[in-house]
Order: sequence, then structure tokens, then C-alpha cells
Amino acid sequence: MRDFLPELLRGVIVTLQVTAGGAVVAVLAALGAALARLYGPTPLRWFATTYVEVFRGTSALVQLFWLFFVLPHFGLTLSPLVVGIAALGLNVGAYGAEVVRGAIGSVTRGQWEAATALNLTRAQALRRIILPQAFVTMIPPWGNLFIELLKATSLVSLITLSDLAFKAQQINQNTLRTAEVFGSVLLVYLALSVLITVAMRALETRAARGLRRGRVG
Amino acid sequence: MNKLWDWAYAWEALPLLAEASVITIKATLMGFVVALTVGLLFAIGRMVGPMWVRWSVGGVVEFIRSTPLLIQIFFLYYVMPEFGLTMDAMLTGVIALGLHYGAYCSEVYRAGLANVPKGQWEASIALNLSNWTTFKNVILPQAIPPVVPALGNYLVALFKETPLLSVIAVLELMQTAKILGSETFRYVEPITLVGIFFLVFSLVSAALIRRLERHLNAGPGRRT
Repeated sequence: MRDFLPELLRGVIVTLQVTAGGAVVAVLAALGAALARLYGPTPLRWFATTYVEVFRGTSALVQLFWLFFVLPHFGLTLSPLVVGIAALGLNVGAYGAEVVRGAIGSVTRGQWEAATALNLTRAQALRRIILPQAFVTMIPPWGNLFIELLKATSLVSLITLSDLAFKAQQINQNTLRTAEVFGSVLLVYLALSVLITVAMRALETRAARGLRRGRVG
Repeated sequence: MNKLWDWAYAWEALPLLAEASVITIKATLMGFVVALTVGLLFAIGRMVGPMWVRWSVGGVVEFIRSTPLLIQIFFLYYVMPEFGLTMDAMLTGVIALGLHYGAYCSEVYRAGLANVPKGQWEASIALNLSNWTTFKNVILPQAIPPVVPALGNYLVALFKETPLLSVIAVLELMQTAKILGSETFRYVEPITLVGIFFLVFSLVSAALIRRLERHLNAGPGRRT
């Protein structure tokens, strides 16, 4: 076990890179799609709906392969790392868009009305009143989505990125110590998702406290 | 050859992909049956088992849910033979899918079981029913119908994960598309067709689940 651990750790770094990059893409895509669907002009709304339905309706692996194998035919060749981050980020973002939409919808109507009474524009109300409150309800479902993202990063091994899953197969072929290799890789993934859970829970407590403090009266 | 989309090639690929979709659907249905069964067992173990069963089942469920299906497939495929359990790729894939989604389904069952009011148990004790009879005849029939749509969502999710079976050479849609692509060096048509197949199937089943949900919520035979 000790002899292949350094090799596995090199894979962990790639896995973390794809997870972190994918998370950024996912959050941006989700926010953009949710806001477009709620407040955008009709064409933008359709575009966002199509994005969400297509990415939720097809498989993450199909999306990954499509970006990897098909985009070059359109003259767009991206590095496997970029393809991995983009495909998985967009995939998780499509699910996240529904989370954002739900969270914005769960902010009570009175908050909008109060903002209108204060003569805030819709954009101001959204940015300063609605989104900060929606943010707190969003955190737990986003935690689940980030774990889904972490698990989905194992797919990038199939487009030649040497992440944790890729290293596992490689080490397995070289050492044939199958149970040990795959067993420890599963444990590493478990540890990483526990880490995500703990971090998101800390964020949740902080955000809830901030919201309480920010409230008047 | 340099066309973006070659209809002739797409037509050629279609029958092969249609054939492969039968394997995809077969894997989905078999995997889902395993998931429903395993999920129910997990849920029962976690709710009514003795302490050590609860803890270990809880641990297993969390473990399965926190690790990637891809590695679980590899694990089953490469490690089980070391313990003298050699299974063909399809069976391995079905078991992997079933266990993975069984862990998810067990949470759905748990929610359903927890929603049955405590009074139902108490009434059954008053009627002198045994624990098992109560569970089988009183609790389960009330717990399952409300969670059918949630289980249906996992059927769709499981279906979308079947392309992963291509890594252990199950000849389902994705594997067939990859083979076609590697023969002709054209991946555009087969992979796009696979994507469209998944999209259509998911949209249709999502609509069906919504109808089912409405039916279960509004049906005349609704028990509360």
C-alpha cells in the first residue's frame, strides 16, 4: 500500500482540480440559468430551459464524450482538463439551476413588496434582499451537488485525464493488487466527500448567523 | 467526410444503436429491480434492526452514496474474482447499479416509512397484531404509494448511469457508439444519437412520473 500511495496522491490533485473548477462552472451556470429562466426575456428563457433539460436529460458520460470527441469536428479542440471541467460543471449546473430557482422562490413575497416600497429596482432588490436570503437555503442542496460532482469527476479518467480513478486502473494493472488499490481509492473518495460535507456545514452555520445578525430588530 | 453531420452514416449507425438500446434498457430494468429490493432491505435494517445492524447498514449506505459508481463497478468487476466470484460483465454491471441506487432508494423508503403516523403502530398493538404483520399489512401499504414518484426519479437517474457499463465492455449504447466511432473516426453522429436517445427517454419518463404523482395525490383511493 505504501508504495503506490504517492502515485494515488498525484491523482487526488487532478481530481481536486476538476472538482474545484467544475464547482465554479456549476455555480455560475446555475445562477445564470436560474436568473434567465425567472427574469430573462423570452429567447434567453428558452435558451436556459433548453440547457437545463438537455444536461439533466442526458448522461454525464455522454456529455463528456460529446465535448471530447465531437467538438474537435467543429474546429474546437480543448484540453482534456478543460473538457472535464466544462462538461461536469455544466452537468451539475443544470441541476443547480433548479436549486437556485427553488431557493429564490422560497423567499417570501413580502420581501419583494418591502423592497418595492423602499423604491429599489428589481435588480437591486434581487441582489441585496432576495439572493442573500436565498443563499442560506441553497447551501445544503449545493453540498449534495458538490458530492455528486466529486463522484462524477471519476469519469474524466475515460478521457485520458490521470485523476484518482485513472491512477487506480493504472496501479491495478501494474501491481495486480486489486482489492487493496480499489479499496483505498474508494476510501479516498469517501474522505473527500466527508470533507465537502463538513465544509458546507460550516458555511451553513456561518451564513445563517450572518443573516440573523444582518436583520433589523 | 468533412461534413459536420453525415445523414447516410447516421442512418447506418441507427439500427446498431437501436439494438444496443435493448441492452441499455435491460440493464436499467434489472438494475432497478435490484435497487428496489436492496433499498427496502437497507431501509428495514436501518429502521427496525438491532443496534449493530442499524449502524452497519447506515455505514454501508453512506459509503455507497459517497463514492463514485465507476470505481464501484471496477471494484466488483476486478475484486470479486479474487474471492472466487466470477460474474459476466452484464451481471456485474446490474449488481453495481442496483447496489448504488439501492442506497439512494433506501432513503426514499425511510422517508415513506417515517411518514406513517405512530398511531398506526399503536392501533396494531391494540389489535394484537405481531410486529411483522403490522409492518407488512399496515405500515408498508401506507408508506410505499406516496414515495413511488421519488423512486421513479431514481429509475431515470439509474438509466442515465448505464453508459458507465461501457467501461467493463457491456455492449450497451455508449460502448456501441464508441466502437462505431473508432471504426470510422467519426464520433459526431453516434454520440449525438446516443445523447438524443437519452434525452427523449428522460423527458418522456419525467412527464410520466409527473402524471403518476398527480394521480397518486388526487386518486380517490388515497389513504391518509
